[in-house]
Amino acid sequence: MPVITLTIDEELVSARAGQSILEACRDHEIKIPTLCHLDGLSARGGCRLCLVAVAGSPRLLPACTTAVQENMVVTTSNEKIERYRRMILELTFAERNHTCAVCVSNENCELQTLAAELGMDHVRYDYLNPDLPLDTSHERYGVDHNRCLLCLRCVRVCDEVEGAHTWDVKGRGIKSQVITDLNRPWGASESCTECGKCVEVCPTGALFTKGSAVAEMKKEASFLRRILDGREKRQWRR
Amino acid sequence: MSQVPKKLRLATVWLGGCSGCHMSFLDLDELLIELVEKVDIVYGPLVDTKKFPEEVDICLVEGAVTNVENLELARSIRSNSKLVISFGDCAVTGNVTSMRNRIPVKDLLTAVYHEAQAPIGAESLEVLPALLKKALPLHQAIKVDIYLPGCPPAPERIAAALTALLDNRPVDL
Repeated sequence: MPVITLTIDEELVSARAGQSILEACRDHEIKIPTLCHLDGLSARGGCRLCLVAVAGSPRLLPACTTAVQENMVVTTSNEKIERYRRMILELTFAERNHTCAVCVSNENCELQTLAAELGMDHVRYDYLNPDLPLDTSHERYGVDHNRCLLCLRCVRVCDEVEGAHTWDVKGRGIKSQVITDLNRPWGASESCTECGKCVEVCPTGALFTKGSAVAEMKKEASFLRRILDGREKRQWRR
Repeated sequence: MSQVPKKLRLATVWLGGCSGCHMSFLDLDELLIELVEKVDIVYGPLVDTKKFPEEVDICLVEGAVTNVENLELARSIRSNSKLVISFGDCAVTGNVTSMRNRIPVKDLLTAVYHEAQAPIGAESLEVLPALLKKALPLHQAIKVDIYLPGCPPAPERIAAALTALLDNRPVDL
């Protein structure tokens, strides 16, 4: 695969053609915050946290869906980018009801961790406080739309890895909501294999194992790399 | 004779919260003794003062701004305090107090004071301060200088913030 050269944060680095800026950065241990991205799933560019500046582009671009190019000049962090990232987190918190104190994923939440890491200590926007339901019709799992940030990892893992495509999205814009089957209760879903991959990859407390109390829901998405390596590279390891 | 350094004036306030943050403050244990050597606690739930005092240096504010009384007190805090700290998740985000925000105030009061089987009935509505349409995080009512998150903030975190402030260092949580 042809190797190309580009500049990231004033360092000359090499990357493989076809890689995204995010992949190139991770190969060189340059940290970019991400939320909707998960190693093993297709890139979506939905959360916008990985926004970077590319010389010549009038606007910031998501590192996960922008391919590297020869002689590209990328800046992964500056005052403006940091400000935008904090703003994105604030808007995410304002959009639904992320009441950390009573959430199953409190202290084990990717959204909460990112807020702490990026120094987002309060939300300047008005909270929308939408009236959203919980679906606990499934025997083992539940979905709390109050905590969902529409990263769509559940949709992607169910479609791309499990092959069931139980999850999808209804509505548009701010009214979007993840659904099971054709908007039937999860418990009534005929396509769901109950594998639980969606729960493990969910970054917040939106998908949870029933019976978890506050701060008890710990998730582990690393299984994904393991099963994909087995499937794609025939590499089996624990 | 060396002059005794002037003690800082510390106030703590309990708005729309459960007082858990104050409990965590009391969990500072021995540090409380060191603290009172450096500060005068001039206002708080356990201080017998009705009116918010003047010239407060540091004010810890627990709870969301959920009724007109909270709002009035919050404004008084701002105009009389040098440094206002949002103390705990209810002050920082609205947290549990703001979980009522999706319900219209009228329906809320009807459900709690008219329809519920509770020892406190509709008669109490005459003395209760009017609820705001939405419970607000403190910074949406007044300017806030420092945010101290947690439900409640762990005593260690409170101690870190207070000792930094007393030593004139920036608060980094």
